[in-house]
Amino acid sequence: MTVGILFDMTKCIGCGACADACKEQNKLPGPVEEVTTAYTWTTVEAREGQYVRHLCMHCLVPTCASVCPVAALHKTPEGPVVYDADKCMGCRYCMMACPFDVPKYQWDRAIPIIGKCIMCTSRVKQGEATACATACPAEATVFGSRADMLKEAKERIRKEPDKYIDHVYGLKEAGGTGVLMISGVPFEKMGLKAKLTDEPPAMRTWQVLSNIPDFVAVWGVFLYGVHWITARRDTVAHHEAARKGPDTIDTTHTGRPS
Amino acid sequence: MNSTATLPAGRFRLGFWTTVFALLTIPFLAITFLRFSKGLGAVTNLSDKFPWGLWIGFDLLCGVGLAAGAFTLTAVVHLFNLKRFEPIVRPTILTGFLGYIFVILALMFDLGQPWRIWHTIIYWNPHSVMFEVGWCVMLYTTVLSLEFAPVVLERFGFHAPVRMIHRLITPLVIAGVILSTLHQSSLGTLYLIVPSKLHPLWYSQLLPLFFYISAIGAGIGMVILESYMSKRAFGRHLEMDLLEPLARAMVVALGIYGLMRIQVIVRNGSYADVLNLTYEGKMFLLEFVLGVLLPVGLLAFRKLRTSPTWLVVGAFSAVLGFVVNRLNVSVTGMERASGIRYVPSVMEVIVSVTLIGIGMAAFALAVRYLKIFPEEKPAEEPEPEGS
Ligand code: SF4
Ligand code: SF4
Ligand code: SF4
Repeated sequence: MTVGILFDMTKCIGCGACADACKEQNKLPGPVEEVTTAYTWTTVEAREGQYVRHLCMHCLVPTCASVCPVAALHKTPEGPVVYDADKCMGCRYCMMACPFDVPKYQWDRAIPIIGKCIMCTSRVKQGEATACATACPAEATVFGSRADMLKEAKERIRKEPDKYIDHVYGLKEAGGTGVLMISGVPFEKMGLKAKLTDEPPAMRTWQVLSNIPDFVAVWGVFLYGVHWITARRDTVAHHEAARKGPDTIDTTHTGRPS
Repeated sequence: MNSTATLPAGRFRLGFWTTVFALLTIPFLAITFLRFSKGLGAVTNLSDKFPWGLWIGFDLLCGVGLAAGAFTLTAVVHLFNLKRFEPIVRPTILTGFLGYIFVILALMFDLGQPWRIWHTIIYWNPHSVMFEVGWCVMLYTTVLSLEFAPVVLERFGFHAPVRMIHRLITPLVIAGVILSTLHQSSLGTLYLIVPSKLHPLWYSQLLPLFFYISAIGAGIGMVILESYMSKRAFGRHLEMDLLEPLARAMVVALGIYGLMRIQVIVRNGSYADVLNLTYEGKMFLLEFVLGVLLPVGLLAFRKLRTSPTWLVVGAFSAVLGFVVNRLNVSVTGMERASGIRYVPSVMEVIVSVTLIGIGMAAFALAVRYLKIFPEEKPAEEPEPEGS
């Protein structure tokens, strides 16, 4: 079972309890900041008469995990995309690649690591809801299996079609995400990324990377073949020349400076 | 031998640059200290919105790309058996090697925890392009140092290992060409993951191929430039009989590359940015004029190709255009999606410049103490054969 979070922008009252609960659960230093940082993994922003939460989307095929050279990020069987700070070498490719601009960096530390929402993975493993969903007083952030959350989202839209945009954000975006959002205002206006492909970005690089073994074999044989042909032509020319007489040997061609 | 006329000028130039770089060492050391005690935020203009800057866009992408002359020329000499190019193989291998050292040093600054760079060896993720890049850097640096080792070993009179390397030269060169092909293209593949972020003037599924071909073009340009600079610094003559056919190869590579770029841009409609002269459009024009139109337009003419001045102008333009292209992919093309403008901090620039200086000093030392360039010979009969 893959877990999911449903966030309903029309229901959120902007109390900020989720962001506070997140700080406490993950022992993040300092107060909740304006935007997400390595120390603030979720924020609540007022826009267009609604509230929007920013947090990791926990993609079904996470781009961040696909790009990390040392596999410091990975998707757990339960669904959260988690981070192993002991492996990370700080290349920041995950930040560059994430289609939702989620991973943040400790720019102010001599020994920096990445910070991002890990969907309270220790709680989720024990079957508990995330800290944010538990803290929410307004049923704006709810937690459950992704399938149930999707059903709930569609149900809410069906019941009040005038109130909602007919789209579940995260159903297909970047290949689908564990966090789903519904809204009464177009999603771009809420500051969410539009123009995302339905196919996970990781597929694009994999198309290239998966061909490397074949490429190495073919290119290697080809290059060796070229060498074989040109070297052979050289020896033949040499022999021919030797038969005709030493004067005609073109030493500039074969001579190696010793 | 060196003409007395060129020698003092050469001395003066070296002295001038030595002074500049020596003066840079002090701020460089201070920045290094700050970088490792206070973190990346204290010295760079990087941020959560713009995580990759000059050190990736210039040091990594250009450092690797401009080292492409090494694999191109070793392939030409050892695989295609055009032995007359042999005299300029050593300096190109040296540049390639120093280029990779430059990249590794730059990564030491850019990685958040560079002391963990060896993690790529034990924690594998074959789905990651960065994983491929890491392995290519490690393996190709090894190949380059093996290819260059004979020069050093010779100097100290160790002949047995030199003979061994000579016997293994074909597999070594083939490994080098394969690794370079993978590495040059993988730097383009790095950006395939951001279809929603990189501006369509630069984003294309063909990015790996673009990076590869343009690196060959600009790598050859570097070989020409290097010959010219060592001519100025060490009072050597320019091997026009070798550089002219190389320039032809550069024209072909850049010509193919230019056409492919135009096709992509026409097809995805992003030429509108060029016509409307948006910020991205202007930067693209700058890159395309310098990197493709000028060098191809100039050096397609035999008259200009055989003139040392125009040859150098064309090569220099190609290299400049290449640098602008890599910065466009890594910075210009990513700015709109990030919502901010990134300009490197003075400290970032000082680190990059000082690292280049260290590379150039190493090159000069190597030329002085090792046998990099062939002894000046009396003029050889010109080669009638083409290509
Ligand atoms: S939103 Fe970004 S950080 Fe979160 S799982 Fe997806 S790719 Fe990874
Ligand atoms: S910064 Fe760390 S977690 Fe992110 S891709 Fe690099 S090594 Fe992986
Ligand atoms: S706790 Fe619930 S209502 Fe309060 S800000 Fe978070 S999502 Fe909105």
